[in-house]
Amino acid sequence: MDFNDTPQEADYRAQVKAWIAANAGEYLNPPAKPWALDDFVARSKAWQAKKHAAGYVGITWPKAVGGQGLSPMHQIIFNQEESRTHVPTGLYSIGLGMCIPTVFTHGSPEVAARYVPRALKGEEVWCQLFSEPVAGSDLASIRTRAVRDGDEWVINGQKVWTSFAHKSDFGIVVCRTDFDAPKHKGLTMFIVDMHAPGMEVRGIKQMSGGSDFNEVFFTDVRVKDTHRLGDVGEGWKVALTTLMHERLAVGGKPRHAPGYQTLMTVAAGIETDSGPAMERADVRQRIADTYIADEGIKLTQMRALSALSRGAMPGPEQSISKVVVAKTMQDMASFALDLSEASGFAVEPGSDLEKLQGSYMWSAGLRIAGGTDEILRNIIAERVLGLPGDLRPDKDTPFSQLKPL
Amino acid sequence: MNFDLSDDAKTLKEAARKFLDARAGPPVARKVMDSSDTHDAALWAEVVEQGWPAARVPEAHGGLGLGTDEACVLAEEIGRSLAPVPLLSTMGAIEAILLAGTDAQKANWLPKLASGQAVGTIAWAEGDAKSPTAMPSLALSGGTLSGAKSPVADGLVATVAIVTVASADGPAMAIVSLDGVSREKVETLDLVRPSARLQFDNTPAEALGTATDWVKLTEQLAVLAAWEALGTSDAARDMTLAYAKDRVAFGQRIGRYQGVKHKLADMYILSELARAHALHGCWAWSAGAAELSPAAAAARVASLDALKYTAEESVQLHGGIGFTWEHDCQFYYRRNRQIVSALGSRSYWADRLVRALEQRNRAAA
Repeated sequence: MDFNDTPQEADYRAQVKAWIAANAGEYLNPPAKPWALDDFVARSKAWQAKKHAAGYVGITWPKAVGGQGLSPMHQIIFNQEESRTHVPTGLYSIGLGMCIPTVFTHGSPEVAARYVPRALKGEEVWCQLFSEPVAGSDLASIRTRAVRDGDEWVINGQKVWTSFAHKSDFGIVVCRTDFDAPKHKGLTMFIVDMHAPGMEVRGIKQMSGGSDFNEVFFTDVRVKDTHRLGDVGEGWKVALTTLMHERLAVGGKPRHAPGYQTLMTVAAGIETDSGPAMERADVRQRIADTYIADEGIKLTQMRALSALSRGAMPGPEQSISKVVVAKTMQDMASFALDLSEASGFAVEPGSDLEKLQGSYMWSAGLRIAGGTDEILRNIIAERVLGLPGDLRPDKDTPFSQLKPL
Repeated sequence: MNFDLSDDAKTLKEAARKFLDARAGPPVARKVMDSSDTHDAALWAEVVEQGWPAARVPEAHGGLGLGTDEACVLAEEIGRSLAPVPLLSTMGAIEAILLAGTDAQKANWLPKLASGQAVGTIAWAEGDAKSPTAMPSLALSGGTLSGAKSPVADGLVATVAIVTVASADGPAMAIVSLDGVSREKVETLDLVRPSARLQFDNTPAEALGTATDWVKLTEQLAVLAAWEALGTSDAARDMTLAYAKDRVAFGQRIGRYQGVKHKLADMYILSELARAHALHGCWAWSAGAAELSPAAAAARVASLDALKYTAEESVQLHGGIGFTWEHDCQFYYRRNRQIVSALGSRSYWADRLVRALEQRNRAAA
């Protein structure tokens, strides 16, 4: 066992390191205060253009669609080096991670030629319009309707939890085109222009106070049939390929998020009635718990990297990542705030405790986003352990005739 | 990056699994439980024949000279199969001698342990609430030892013991031939791996290494025990998984219910976290890295978490049948207590983990 790069990996890493040192100089430290949204978008676009010009976009994609045709290991090495800095990321993760692969897999050659290159350069931002108020975990229950009208489709309905919809130029949207087919069979996927007449984007203010997501309303929005992705009625299959293209499953804990070291730092500064907090057994047990979970996920990712490095597929153990990370973040932050008594409650901008407060608020959302804890446990139980799926009484009935049990 | 077992270790693991699937498992464990046997002697002879006790012994001393990866997979498969043989105790004694023995001690003991002529064990507990690194009451005096150690796993069959003794620098080790040492069976919660009370009475003993060696040995043993716990835990999960796919209640396989399947998913999550730490511990041990202190403690804690949850919830998911004497659930539920007591509890090791992290932070500062 070793934790070293192969000679080829080391060469690529050195090349990436040198490029980042030469180009990301202004992002070596975190910004003094968070960027305003428009500033963030402008910085994201500039950084993406630089990466594109240097050949660091679509690293694993085929050259034919504008990628670099390299291995997942190359992408991971780039991500690792990039994440040592504080460059703006996130604006393109859904578009390039999920939407554009769907466009070049299921779109016509003309459509791919029109959209893929501009997305790679970062000139156009994409969002993914899947979830609806009545269809979260149960995505196939969506009700947004697309009706054919000659060479076009007319879309009416509402999407929700759409990241960056307000800054996006295009989106991929899954709609119901046949209400008389069973729920998974009547869906179709389209590319939609976010600036088209009838589109309305409204920000959602989260319980954390931030606004990272949107509601998107469709009123008689027209889409050309050439902008359909996959066949009519095949939208579920197309959506599954989108979800499969989720960023390499080695994400783990959010970049620069607090961990066991933060808890140790907080505890080191606290004197309790029974002595220094660091000498209290319950505090030490919590530090150990956090270490086991955080480092366990990091080491599990190293198992995936080892597989990728020798050209194999990562094992199913990667499926434990988010369910562990999100709950650990919440538990650790909650404990650190408990330990801090009144100072854990009052908000002091820029402090370590403020980061933990942010982590506490955000973790509640992280346990839901991209698969709830419960759905992820279902996935582990059913796909990894081979247990039978939940009974689905709505699976074979025409969607229009469904009644809840 | 290559954070994975060696190919040789994977091959050995497969062979061990195949052999133990055929020769061990709960029915064999039950035979020992229902008898007054100290172990399954026929199976132990076959295990010796396989060369497993010789795995880590250098070729110069009649062994195979294999690495820590191989030791870890053997521990995992013994854990999985509940094989009632004194292999892990013997491997523990071998590691102690490899780590701290003089040339003479190595030459004297390693060939015998490798060939099965001697059976080893580690004796640190003194029947009280103390941890493995608390000062023992026994001490070497004029080359002899007096006093008792209990419970000692495989102590009824062992012929040589690594015994912890008090020293000026903290607990240290002595190596003691058990020839003529009086011993009696101690009733414990584990009915498959019998423990003994060893009574030393001016028994000849030799010092083995230093107090630092004992602390280091506990880390190596923690890695081995983590792999054992992982194997035991996964066996209990697999048994429960099979039951959840078969048992019907309210017209459905119970594995369809989220109340059931989420527990099985949690068993998987805990097991994979434990496996990641166990691999890390195995790496740190083989690399001789300073990282061994936190890595071994983390492997120990994570594996105990997995085994405890899995052993307890396995009984729960089986329902009434799982609580019967005839069912195999008890083996895992009881073995959890044995694995905990063999090397110190979860809370003891969690504290050691944090001490190791504090030390690392101080060194980095």
